[in-house]
Amino acid sequence: MATDPELLSLKVDYKWNPMLPWPFQIRRVKHETEDTFTIELQPLGALEEFAYQPGQFNMLYVYGVGEIPISISGDPANPRVLVHTTRAVGTVTKAMDKMKRGDILGIRGPYGTPWPIDQANGSDVVFVAGGIGLAPLRPALYEVVAHRELYGKVVLLYGTRTPLDVLFRQELENWRARFDLEIYVTVDRAMTGWRGNVGVVTNLIPRAPFDPRNTMAFVCGPEIMMRFTAMELHKRGVDNEHIFVSMERNMKCAIGLCGHCQFGSVFVCKDGPVFRYSEIKEMLVKWEI
Amino acid sequence: MEDLKNILAEHPFFSGLNEEYFALIVGCASNMRIDAGKIIHREGEEANHFYLIRSGKVTLQMMTPNKGPLIIETLTEGDILGWSWLVPPYTWHFDAKALDLTRMIALDGKCLRTKCENDHHLGYELLKRFADIMMKRLESTRLQLMDIYGDRP
Ligand SMILES: Cc1cc2nc3c(=O)[nH]c(=O)nc-3n(C[C@H](O)[C@H](O)[C@H](O)COP(=O)(O)OP(=O)(O)OC[C@H]3O[C@@H](n4cnc5c(N)ncnc54)[C@H](O)[C@@H]3O)c2cc1C
Ligand code: FES
Repeated sequence: MATDPELLSLKVDYKWNPMLPWPFQIRRVKHETEDTFTIELQPLGALEEFAYQPGQFNMLYVYGVGEIPISISGDPANPRVLVHTTRAVGTVTKAMDKMKRGDILGIRGPYGTPWPIDQANGSDVVFVAGGIGLAPLRPALYEVVAHRELYGKVVLLYGTRTPLDVLFRQELENWRARFDLEIYVTVDRAMTGWRGNVGVVTNLIPRAPFDPRNTMAFVCGPEIMMRFTAMELHKRGVDNEHIFVSMERNMKCAIGLCGHCQFGSVFVCKDGPVFRYSEIKEMLVKWEI
Repeated sequence: MEDLKNILAEHPFFSGLNEEYFALIVGCASNMRIDAGKIIHREGEEANHFYLIRSGKVTLQMMTPNKGPLIIETLTEGDILGWSWLVPPYTWHFDAKALDLTRMIALDGKCLRTKCENDHHLGYELLKRFADIMMKRLESTRLQLMDIYGDRP
């Protein structure tokens, strides 16, 4: 995949050309698990930095294959490196999985609503992640950890399939070693030798150390998991207004034009992906929307 | 005994029980300590107790051919372990093993079983509480079975 010199010489402001992917070069590829990888990218040409807010996503274009939405999983305090963590599931993600250092990807973005971390000042913060859902939450975790003094208890509840599917293992261990973060990991099944929890992530909610009357919860994972998590958080006493979820729908334009990502009365690309749970609760239980 | 009584009184599982029944439950309770790595009960053994975990961690596991024991669930502080004492043929369906040093309160299910047969109101009070636990575990099991983190369910 060669760099297109014509593309690089274009002095376009990417913000004014939302349909034109900007070329980014892969600086590093890290295989997190058997099917999930993280790529670090740097912009080519005139663009030096790529500022974004936690929870936002980009459209990633694998030239000649296709374009897909992927959340940003890096540290927003470092806008010189763009980080995406992707699970290889189909045509585009599998093609991306084969890419190496030096290859070029087209990027459009950042798009969508962020995690409203500013609203959590002075509150306990609970992150609930399921599977690949930890990736879109990681930038928010970085931000909360960087300004730790602004929050009460900070808790991460993370559920995934097996111990081999645990993402960002080293980072989770580092965070767990701190005295001011509560990190709980659970897997759906494990062979003996695993000393952590086994069971669904919702099982962790009743006893997690946070004050439900003063908590903001950020939830990301498969839709079913988010639904049950929100119900369990609510049962514990967290107000639905204080629960935020990140939705996924197929996307094309990502700027609210084509209607591909319509979810009831909203467009996930423009009005989301991060929604207040109370606003979409009813739509989550409808069969066809 | 006073200590046991206080712990049981504070646990939501027993909340709302009348004094007579609560006293009966306390009479069936005893403290128990299991060292890390020790088996609490094995699949197929007679089930005569249930347990309230005070501290530590217990794994429910099942032997799988060629792969060894598969952990199905872990239970920790505050969880109730075991309902096989309540349902014929009164045998355990899984192995239970202490992963860490575990302290529990053991309740004599065999004795309670007879009392429930003689006093159906007590039986209903206990069944109601176990039905709630069973429902939660069934819900968790369904989610696990759906394999929601696998390919799109
Ligand atoms: C806002 C937003 C943010 C996202 N962020 C991330 C992210 O950070 N990391 C990430 O890995 N993915 C993320 N996704 C999902 C990602 O966009 C899809 O996995 C991707 O579009 C699949 O494209 P494909 O061409 O590889 O698969 P396709 O060829 O389109 O699909 C092939 C097969 O994979 C299945 N499939 C498709 N999508 C998924 C999925 N999400 N999970 C499981 N199976 C799937 C399909 O049902 C089909 O069977 C996000 C989606 C949205 C809308
Ligand atoms: S993807 Fe086109 S409107 Fe959302």
